[in-house]
Amino acid sequence: MELLYSVCVGVLVSCGVFLILRARSFPIVLGLTMLSYAVNLFLFASGRLTINKAAILSANDQYADPLPQALVLTAIVIGFAMTAFSVILSIRARADLGNDYVNQQTNNKIGVKK
Amino acid sequence: MALFWVPLITTIGSLISSRAAKLSRNETAAVALIAPLIALVVCLYHSPAVFNGETLYDHIQWLDVLGVHLSFRLDGLSLLFALLILGIGCLVIFYARYYLSAKDSLPKLYAYLLLFMTAMLGIVMSNNMIQLWFFWELTSISSFLLISYWSDKTEARKGALMALTITGAGGLALLAGLLILGNIVGSYQLDQVLASGELIKQSQWYEVTLVLILLGAFTKSAQFPFHFWLPHAMAAPTPVSAYLHSATMVKAGIFLMARFYPALAGTEIWFIIVSLTGLTTLLLGAYVALFKHDLKGLLAYSTISHLGLITLLLGLDTELATVAAIFHIINHATFKASLFMATGIIDHETGTRDMRKLNGMWKFMPFTATLAMVSAAAMAGVPLLNGFLSKEMFFAETLHAQLLGSMSWLIPVLATLAGAFSVAYSARFIHDVFFNGEPIDLPKQPHEAPRYMRVPIEVLVAICLLVGMFPNLIVDEILDAASSAVLTTSTPVFEIALWHGFNLPLLMSALAVTGGVLIYTLRKHLFQFQATLPSLEGRYIFEQGLEFILAWCQKRIAQFENGSLQRYTIVLIAVVLFFAGAPLFDMQKLVGESEPHPIDMFNAVGTGLLIAGALATVIWHRQRMISLIMISIVGLMVSVAFTRFSAPDLALTQLSVEVVTVVLLMLALFFLPQKTPKESTSIRVLRDLLIATGCGVVVGSICYALVTRPLDSISQFFVANAKTGGGGTNVVNVILVDFRGFDTLGEITVLGIAALGIYKLLNNLPLFMPSTDSEGRKWAREKYPLLLATISQTLLPLALLVSAFIFIRGHNLPGGGFIAGLVTATAIILQYIAHGSNWISERLFFNYRKIIATGVMIAFICGVGSLVFDKPFLTSWFDYFDIPLVGKTELASAMIFDLGVYITVVGATMMILASLGKLTANDEPKANTKSIGANK
Repeated sequence: MELLYSVCVGVLVSCGVFLILRARSFPIVLGLTMLSYAVNLFLFASGRLTINKAAILSANDQYADPLPQALVLTAIVIGFAMTAFSVILSIRARADLGNDYVNQQTNNKIGVKK
Repeated sequence: MALFWVPLITTIGSLISSRAAKLSRNETAAVALIAPLIALVVCLYHSPAVFNGETLYDHIQWLDVLGVHLSFRLDGLSLLFALLILGIGCLVIFYARYYLSAKDSLPKLYAYLLLFMTAMLGIVMSNNMIQLWFFWELTSISSFLLISYWSDKTEARKGALMALTITGAGGLALLAGLLILGNIVGSYQLDQVLASGELIKQSQWYEVTLVLILLGAFTKSAQFPFHFWLPHAMAAPTPVSAYLHSATMVKAGIFLMARFYPALAGTEIWFIIVSLTGLTTLLLGAYVALFKHDLKGLLAYSTISHLGLITLLLGLDTELATVAAIFHIINHATFKASLFMATGIIDHETGTRDMRKLNGMWKFMPFTATLAMVSAAAMAGVPLLNGFLSKEMFFAETLHAQLLGSMSWLIPVLATLAGAFSVAYSARFIHDVFFNGEPIDLPKQPHEAPRYMRVPIEVLVAICLLVGMFPNLIVDEILDAASSAVLTTSTPVFEIALWHGFNLPLLMSALAVTGGVLIYTLRKHLFQFQATLPSLEGRYIFEQGLEFILAWCQKRIAQFENGSLQRYTIVLIAVVLFFAGAPLFDMQKLVGESEPHPIDMFNAVGTGLLIAGALATVIWHRQRMISLIMISIVGLMVSVAFTRFSAPDLALTQLSVEVVTVVLLMLALFFLPQKTPKESTSIRVLRDLLIATGCGVVVGSICYALVTRPLDSISQFFVANAKTGGGGTNVVNVILVDFRGFDTLGEITVLGIAALGIYKLLNNLPLFMPSTDSEGRKWAREKYPLLLATISQTLLPLALLVSAFIFIRGHNLPGGGFIAGLVTATAIILQYIAHGSNWISERLFFNYRKIIATGVMIAFICGVGSLVFDKPFLTSWFDYFDIPLVGKTELASAMIFDLGVYITVVGATMMILASLGKLTANDEPKANTKSIGANK
């Protein structure tokens, strides 16, 4: 199962990186989202994989490592804020520049719409 | 008085001087003189102890780990330099008061001069190498300020920049050298370094260290081939030149060689580098000086030549040579400073320094002329003057040199030749300026200088004469102390005398004087010959080199930074890929020792769905809507994975974030193109695929290596203390709100800032709103479907109830502020979707900015609250209460903190989505072509 998990992380990283390397803003936002899934899963894995041992104190004597979980929890929320910021940035860029390219255009299109 | 007071007093003096704008010129000069005079008294007070052979220390422990301390020392060498710096410094301050015209700012000059003085004192008195280097750099910076004092002149700016570049680059080399030296010895304290000479010389790093430190010394002391900055630094006001380029700054390099003499000298490589550099500089400077028509130019090259002489002496393998070097440091400082000052007077009273115009000044300024002539005679090495004594010692020591093997006889011959040129240019200085007919169209009618302007020169000339006639009486003690500090062994027996009988050095002196006079009388032919030579100026090479480097850098930057985000990203990722991937090849085995979990059906299906979703997102990434749906499958599967692997809190968070994210991205697609055109070439797609696959393989492998190895975690602490210390059984939540509460406080603040940033970004947005979708279909006429509106309204109270439940139980069971906040936000967003933002804003009067602020404030005040009970920031408290109807209930202050988290999350999420959503609701969607300017 550890192998499958690692394969998942690897596939998510690959897909995320490929999307990040595109030239338009929206696929990059998707790529960032995908990468944050991968990073969260990776960080989570540093507490190792455990089944049915949630860190809710009870009669059990073995629990999943709660520390990576706490870190990942805040990472998910911050990741959302980052995704939101980048997507709003791309909306703003499209509104100001008239296109959604991420590369600097040689014939700068600022003000074309005026 | 402690030693550190010496540089401290001059620092204070510098600060006071810079504030002296309202005082008269005499008062300003008097104020500026106070600090160096006090410092001089302190040094003199300590001098008897130093003359007795003691070394005084003053140590303040500072950065132990780095080996950097505030540490000062005063031995013979330090004392000698400190007296020169302070003594000549006082004279220069006095002189500058008369030299500077009324329109030049005296406080500015004095502030810089005293700053420079501090730096020099710091160098000579440091007992810590890093501290020494700091002051070394400070001399570069303060001399830059001094040389560019007349900052409106191009040549001043250029000269200052050149001096800064050369000495600054040398300073970096010096730093590297000192760091290696400190590593060899294991300490940066000078007393330890100087005592470890044998260790250093046997180290394999010795040659590198030596070259680096000598680079620092040679650049500062204007040794060949770095000498060319010094003549250009003559653009400084003459008092500055008299100070920096005779007595102090250029001597810092000499000081450095003398200081590290016990640690570095004594090897063949030292003697070869130092003596040959010195010899070359000596000859070159003496030769070029003769051809300079500018008085200061002549003095500049003469200084270069004399610095070469001292360097050569330090590179000769005899103890007496070292004594001669130190003696010449004193002598050169006195006669050269007085010559610069005399030049300043001539320049001041005639308006020019060109020797082709200046003639017959004897008639106009007899006093200045006499003083200058005595100093120039000292420079030439005429008997009864101090220059004669050290030059004679120099000649004597060159005779003992065995550096060049059987060709060692060349050294005394070349030394005599340099001596002859030195006599020649001194003769030119005297004859061309003060005699040689009548002046040729001077800008001013020349006359004698003000009485007091001559006082500093008189003092210096008196020293030249006294040392020249009664050397043993005056310099014996200080020379003895300084020499023993350099040589560290017992001081060699030396006797400075005017008359040693008829011997070789005397013959050399005589030859130099006759030769010099001969060269001067035949100068016309030499000048003609010199004029036919191609001029090879160091400055042009320097400037061309500088331009070349700048152009090269600009070209590389333009090539690299071409405005393409794709390129930056790929470079970044490729570098990370390389450095993260390379260590994997050193690993013996990827798989670890842990027992793996078996693969069951659920996991296989989940994995399949996740991979399929991820690949589908990539495959359909041009169909943006479809790829968005695909990526939401991935997000869903991630939260399922969290559920599966014992992380219910994460699963809940991921699920609710997923909902909010997808809503946000769908909203964004309204403003963005719905499709991505096909642009990338096949080769680029292939390249990106390769890089992406590489990243996946590397990260996946690391992940696999990580999860299959046993865990050694610090989490036992959290598990053991969650209930007893934090009062909750949900360890993850207790970590968030209690153990690591400070982190969480930071995180919700970041969340709030991101939301505010988004609010600002959407402000005044010139919207690009299409009236149809990308395929030309009009938007649905029914904006708010009835079914959705009805159901969502019914759901709202239920959803709020659920979020309250999740919030309250969060401390003990999966849930908490983050998740409850997201659930609440989702419920409200559903209302927005179903009813539109106008409908909501008529019913809800929330200002989301205030909500965010309230949330962060609650969390913060909850943290501060523990201070009231004398507990550290964010300490939590809990107890159990019997509440009627509810039963025994636990109340914890951490819940208030969690409430802050909850409110912030709700506020931030709503702010992001509602601000964007509101834009669509202003009026009917249509192509909005308003430009940015129209909104302002």
